[in-house]
Amino acid sequence: MAEIEVGDEVRELRVTPDKYLPHRYAGASGDFNPIHIDDEFAKAVGLPRNILHGLYTMGLVAKASAVALAGGDPAALKRLSVQFRGMGVPEQEIVVTGTVKSVNGNRVVVDTVATQGETKLVKNAEAELEL
Amino acid sequence: MALKTEAVGKEWEGTTYQVGREKIKEYATALGIENPVHFDVGAAREAGFRDVVAPPMFCVVYALPAIAPAILDPEVGMNFATMVHGAQEFEWGDVVCSGDEITTAPRCLSIKEKLGNGFYVFESTSVNQDGAQVLRGVWTNIVRGA
Repeated sequence: MAEIEVGDEVRELRVTPDKYLPHRYAGASGDFNPIHIDDEFAKAVGLPRNILHGLYTMGLVAKASAVALAGGDPAALKRLSVQFRGMGVPEQEIVVTGTVKSVNGNRVVVDTVATQGETKLVKNAEAELEL
Repeated sequence: MALKTEAVGKEWEGTTYQVGREKIKEYATALGIENPVHFDVGAAREAGFRDVVAPPMFCVVYALPAIAPAILDPEVGMNFATMVHGAQEFEWGDVVCSGDEITTAPRCLSIKEKLGNGFYVFESTSVNQDGAQVLRGVWTNIVRGA
């Protein structure tokens, strides 16, 4: 593998969750909060439509760093912290980008951002991997 | 308005989750994760794992059922109408594989007011059947105008 250096851009991940993704994620995760799977309910509580699970977006952030830096190795990610910001919606592309913040031996810390259009879904995300 | 803080330090009973191959496959499929170690036991063993491996964020599957009673506890007293999931941190230990039994116990770390909003922070600790820690989670819920 090429040497990883501070400031390196991590290969970005682009995903467009389809209309039924929140339903599949609800089934997979066990989180059936109606704001994610019921468009009418979501609108009734003042949301624009049913919204993505924040932990789904965090799952994409985890996947992005593991795929870009560790060949998808599930044992590489040691820590991930995120702050949730804007609400994600189905049927619009999500872009996950990252920059290497520090390298300490085989430990790499990546600053990550997930955006959807103009909306920041996740900010101040920090992923620590052991490579 | 002053927040109720009696629940700080409170611990709830843990829940145990039995990890299975099909559930790992379902989670990996929803996330579009393609590594065969999440789908095929042969590929997982070839890569040095004892069975089909859970992706790190599979932790929501075994940790959410444990954290939910803490979040819903009337003694904590969060106003769900204005609650949002504000931040999340996970630290992973041993890898989780199919066949593992993961026990997760939650605790209320802090309840604080900042700029008129309530910050409710919970910690979860998950261990496997051998007592090895597989996950520590820090869950921050924000209640607007608390």
